[in-house]
Amino acid sequence: MKNICFYFQVHQPFRLKRYHFFNIGKDSNYFDDDSNSEILRKVAHNCYLPANRVLLDLIHKHGGKFKVSFSISGAAIEQFELYMPEVLESFKELARTGCVEFLAETYGHSLAILKSEEEFKAQVAAHTQKVQQHFGQTPTVFRNTELIYSDHIGNVVAGMGYKAMLAEGADNVLDWKSPNYLYTSATSPDLKLLLKNFRLSDDIAFRFSNHEWSGFPLTADKFVGWLNDLPADEQLVNLFMDYETFGEHQWVTTGIFDFLKALPDMVFYHSAFEFITPAEAAKTLTSAGAVSMPNPVSWADEERDLSAWLGNDLQDDAFGTLYSLEAKVKACDDEKIKRDWLFLQTSDHFYYMCTKFFADGDVHKYFNPYYTPYDAFMNYMNVIADFTLRVEQQCDKSKLKDQALAF
Amino acid sequence: MKVLMFGWEFPPNISGGLGTACYGLTKGLAENDVDIIFVMPKAYGDEDASNFRLVSADGMPVHTHTATYRTLFEKMMYWEVNSFIIPYLSPEEFLLYSEEQLANTSKTVNTASTRYHFTGKYGKDLLTEVWNYARVAAEIVANNTFDVIHVHDWLSFPAGIIAKEISGKPLVAHLHATEFDRSGGNKVNEQIYEIEREGLHHADKIIAVSELTRQIVINNYGMAPEKVFTIYNAVDDTSVNEAVKPERIFKEKIISYVGRITYQKGPDYFVEAAGKVLKEDKNFRFIMAGSGDMLHQVVRRAAQLRISSHFHFAGFLKGGEVGKLFAMSDAYVMPSVSEPFGISPLEALRAGVPVIISKQSGVREILTRAISVDFFDVDAMADAIHAVATYKSLANMVVRDSRIEMQNLKWISQAAKVKELYQDLVKN
Repeated sequence: MKNICFYFQVHQPFRLKRYHFFNIGKDSNYFDDDSNSEILRKVAHNCYLPANRVLLDLIHKHGGKFKVSFSISGAAIEQFELYMPEVLESFKELARTGCVEFLAETYGHSLAILKSEEEFKAQVAAHTQKVQQHFGQTPTVFRNTELIYSDHIGNVVAGMGYKAMLAEGADNVLDWKSPNYLYTSATSPDLKLLLKNFRLSDDIAFRFSNHEWSGFPLTADKFVGWLNDLPADEQLVNLFMDYETFGEHQWVTTGIFDFLKALPDMVFYHSAFEFITPAEAAKTLTSAGAVSMPNPVSWADEERDLSAWLGNDLQDDAFGTLYSLEAKVKACDDEKIKRDWLFLQTSDHFYYMCTKFFADGDVHKYFNPYYTPYDAFMNYMNVIADFTLRVEQQCDKSKLKDQALAF
Repeated sequence: MKVLMFGWEFPPNISGGLGTACYGLTKGLAENDVDIIFVMPKAYGDEDASNFRLVSADGMPVHTHTATYRTLFEKMMYWEVNSFIIPYLSPEEFLLYSEEQLANTSKTVNTASTRYHFTGKYGKDLLTEVWNYARVAAEIVANNTFDVIHVHDWLSFPAGIIAKEISGKPLVAHLHATEFDRSGGNKVNEQIYEIEREGLHHADKIIAVSELTRQIVINNYGMAPEKVFTIYNAVDDTSVNEAVKPERIFKEKIISYVGRITYQKGPDYFVEAAGKVLKEDKNFRFIMAGSGDMLHQVVRRAAQLRISSHFHFAGFLKGGEVGKLFAMSDAYVMPSVSEPFGISPLEALRAGVPVIISKQSGVREILTRAISVDFFDVDAMADAIHAVATYKSLANMVVRDSRIEMQNLKWISQAAKVKELYQDLVKN
């Protein structure tokens, strides 16, 4: 039996507003509510609502044989709650079909695992709670921000009890191995790994509407043909992509929804493939062996490393400054500080500071509120300066309270 | 005594110190009973013209030039290249301007006369505007009587040359900044240098805003020393302006920099000094206000030094924000590589902020009691920052003594010196 595993990432950051130096010490509202709600509305209208409709119809039409999986960041869920509860409702409706699996991730769509295991675990727990609350599921498969995986991260995730984790399957990661099998972590053998088939995934996510591409125009017929061309013993094709592919990155006029609507029929009638969710794959498929990734690997850019978020001086100084506050934030007991802390960790803030513009610039510009990475950095650091002041004030207050209690 | 003066900008529509100085000078000259016709490319109508007659060159009908004028223009034509220069604006500011500027610079041709339109800014067609300004100057000369012509910086030098050629009146060239200051001696724009040299050559007397600038005029432009006079700028108001100290937002000492973030202003030395201070003592914060083509480099360097949590970028300050920044500052640093004068330390002092200025600034000749360092000596700069912000007695002394020195610099007395130059010229 051969399987297609669809996984969609749903994320919207809480983008920062223009935060001037003179706001520091006076303005603790960092996020651009107007632009965030506007962007969310736009993406919901173009993608989330129509795509959810298509998926729901497909699930009903195929009587439970069509399955997909999602991970929705805490930042996105909160924006649904705040700005468009109807989007959340439509995801809940998908959840109720029993054909949609929700994966665990970090609440703030953060890079916390690179700095603090404690913060990472706290965010995953908070996210799980949200998933339980809205979708009535407890995730058993983990997906880290931007598919960032390493042996070490695998160990931590395995230690938290997850059965499987998603990771990138690009050539420079796997060498001669095919991503089209289930694997296990080399350092935590109980943790199954599902690796993204980057070619077939990106054919849909990036190349679908590219007239220069030899595969253009991509039809469900053609795509299933490619699936059928895969070696007979390959058992699992992981199609991982941003959910915004449908209707936002690829506009409705490109025919992306028609492609999605037609795909299951083509698969069922013209191939030996079925649809499977990550947890089912981890449970039912046999591992083809161990995969080791000593250094962090992501699904971003040509490099498939962390260089979209970290590595230049701006990113590293900002990231270091942020996490230097962790202990103090943990000592604070203030709900707003804790919430700001979560959403200041969102990886997008560091993505906007990326200076390797040339090859990957287009993706980096997507809903990027800044003209240059330098603007992004200066704005972020002004916010962090204010946040630092609040955290320190709050720390002093709690210290005083403790002293008072001690008497 | 009647002076025909050509400027380029005037408060409140200014991008730098040139307009501020022109305002102070015209006010001071009026107080010395000098009549002034002040010409600028484009007046906006919100200028305080109570001390002089303001003439806007924008849209003024220019009648067909006589043959004499035409030869004159032809002679000057060889400079006239429509090149892409931005003498005062940083590239990023320039970007904001350029599109608009392009659309605005146009020439309307009537049958009887020509009208030139000016932006009076520093956009793409700056050189064209400079030349058209000279064309309009010819018309203004024909319609006015005056004893002396006075021009400010290279932008109005061609206008001054034309005015002198036509009227035969003596020309005073006033230098607020030279191409050597703006470029730091690195990439001198030869066209601008040529215009400057030509203007200085035609001038009967030259005013430099500092001895530093006077030496540049003598050494780099080959002018006879006896023709060049140092007359310092003054400040409109030397009164103490200590706003109520705002509640301290940061517990650390605040060291500020206000100015364009360009080579001339030495921002890179400021960030290096900040790095040295913070390495020893985290109890400091550095605020850099302004924008310019070196901003990204400085941001990157601060991040590389891992001091961004204590090094803030405030952007280009508007309205009262400079005052707000001074009010929270423990020291002000002007690390300029080459600063003909430098008015910002005086503003800082008025606000009660002790200043550290580079030895390569004209203002240092007046503020002999301020702490001065070589712009490149970042160790000394770091020491000075640390000391001034830490030792209250030192800070108080710098402010007190410098303020006394400032008191002696009044526009009425500086303008009197300018008037003396006029009188000498008219006499001869």
